[in-house]
Amino acid sequence: MEGIGLTHYLTLSAVVFCIGVFGMLTRRNAVGVLMSIELMFNAVNITLVAFARYVTPATITGQVVAIFTIAVAAAEATVALAIVLLIYQHHRGIDVDRINFMKW
Amino acid sequence: MLELDKLVKLVGDGIEAVVTALGLGPTWVTLVQLIVAALVVVVFAALVVLFLVWWERKVSARFQMRLGPMRVGWHGTIQTIADALKLLQKELITPANVDRGIYFWAPVVTFVAAMAVYVTVPFGKGLIVRDLNIGILYILSITTFTVIGLLMAGWSSNNKYALLGGFRSAAQVVSYEVPMALAIVAVVMLTQTLSMGEIVSQQAKFYQWYIWRQPLGFLIYLVAATAECNRTPFDLPEADSELVAGFVTEYSGMKFAMFFLAEFLNMFTVAAIATTLFFGGWNGPFLPSWMWFLIKTLAGVFVLMWFRWTYPRLRVDQLMSFAWKFLLPLAFINIVLTGLGIYIFRP
Amino acid sequence: MDTISLAFYALAFLIIAAAIFVVTSKNIFHSAIYLILALFGVAGIYVLLQAPFLAAAQVLIYVGAVSMLMIFAIMLTARIADQTIRHTNEQVPTGLLVSLGLLAVIVYSLWQTPFAISSDPMPEGAGGTLGKLLLTQFALPFEIVSVLLLGALIGAVVIAKKDSVRREPEAPMTPLPKSAEKVAG
Repeated sequence: MEGIGLTHYLTLSAVVFCIGVFGMLTRRNAVGVLMSIELMFNAVNITLVAFARYVTPATITGQVVAIFTIAVAAAEATVALAIVLLIYQHHRGIDVDRINFMKW
Repeated sequence: MLELDKLVKLVGDGIEAVVTALGLGPTWVTLVQLIVAALVVVVFAALVVLFLVWWERKVSARFQMRLGPMRVGWHGTIQTIADALKLLQKELITPANVDRGIYFWAPVVTFVAAMAVYVTVPFGKGLIVRDLNIGILYILSITTFTVIGLLMAGWSSNNKYALLGGFRSAAQVVSYEVPMALAIVAVVMLTQTLSMGEIVSQQAKFYQWYIWRQPLGFLIYLVAATAECNRTPFDLPEADSELVAGFVTEYSGMKFAMFFLAEFLNMFTVAAIATTLFFGGWNGPFLPSWMWFLIKTLAGVFVLMWFRWTYPRLRVDQLMSFAWKFLLPLAFINIVLTGLGIYIFRP
Repeated sequence: MDTISLAFYALAFLIIAAAIFVVTSKNIFHSAIYLILALFGVAGIYVLLQAPFLAAAQVLIYVGAVSMLMIFAIMLTARIADQTIRHTNEQVPTGLLVSLGLLAVIVYSLWQTPFAISSDPMPEGAGGTLGKLLLTQFALPFEIVSVLLLGALIGAVVIAKKDSVRREPEAPMTPLPKSAEKVAG
């Protein structure tokens, strides 16, 4: 068996990303959707760090971008959860199927 | 003198010889060495907790002009062992409507997180399991799991006191982690390394201790660390007069003991980090290095106990506004001052 | 099988299993705990990829902050923790189709692409190189991210503040006339 290479990490990342996509499409609950999005963020981060390790190991720019992704994900989670709380206060529920009051 | 680094090296070499003689590769050597180190640290931690529990009772008794435990052993020295045996024999009660999986894993997570810190704590010259080059950052990040354990306990117990205790604890620890991390950042700006071993070796002389250059940082760290281990005056998560026993309300026997152990270990941990970062770690004259580490760390623990019997408990809102409106700006000011100092005094 | 492979497969199994539980668990609090497990596994992958600083940052930020936020949100919107509520919508077959299709496309293209693997050594030290990069080459993005974080902080406070929900004024001392009650209700 050959050693673990870039493709292994990228495949893992792809699997996690697709699980995230599935969760985002099927979860009814807004916090669940957010969790799936966090999974997708992490999948992308694995890709970035794997590229930093195997393609440009001398200049680890991939890791820098991963740090930015983590920061942006944290910001996203903060604001999104605040919005979820607000929706809950208004509608006593955070079922994403029913959050359609801004359509009309 | 009684330095232990030779002994550690001897044991390490012995393991290497034995494992290699069994025909196993270098990976196995490292693995066995790490397992032995982990066992030693676990035993040490257990002994420390036994001592701390007894000491806490003695100190609190003296503060209240009592004698404390006196019956079992000399001045009650083996009282804690008797208590531990009692806890071991107790029935493990699982209340009817708890969330079983999470209820089971919560004490484990808390305990393992409290233990995992000791991977990179320098106990003495050559006495460090792994001198990770992200040392202090590792400690900061692994301790966050303690809170996850408390939250799991609070949620799964299916008890409103437990839930309130767990969430109070999470809110408190998350809030106080920010000033604590910022106080540590100021020290790291001076040390220019995250490795615990190197931070210690930079403070070989008395006047090199970082407390002299970071007095404000140390005060911030002290307050935030007291809050981190949920000690009075920040013991809201388990304020018995309000919340029965907080997140441990529904736990019994060994599971309770694990939370208890983790709590005392955390107290020792924050004192050990303070020793390493601000008080020169294991550096000191005459006595062996590990003894200096223990003396300094236990002095730190004594300060925490002293707090407990001196200050009244804060209210929740006071606790939060103290962290965000006072400690956090102070930590930022400290960082700016440190930066200015480095800019002025270093070429 | 060498240690790295063993560690990789163990971590990959942990991450994927935990991720599947995150999206399928009926109890949202369990999802949060599995999410923490998955994120911890990702930190392990970073260690394998020789990015220890990122691993620590991942644990510190995701486990210590983001997951905690999630759990708080779950608690504050308590009703969703009820297991009786249906946790998925009608799009399960569609979602499965889309995600599996996406997976097939990505994995196929991954195994087809020849990547330019470089064997240069990684820079020594934990965060030193990273820190230098952040403050030289990436100084502008770094500043923008900090402004973004500040904006998110203030924005979240403004959005979630209790006062932002418009409330009826405190009940007056005298009972309201019938018509006014109707409006208030």
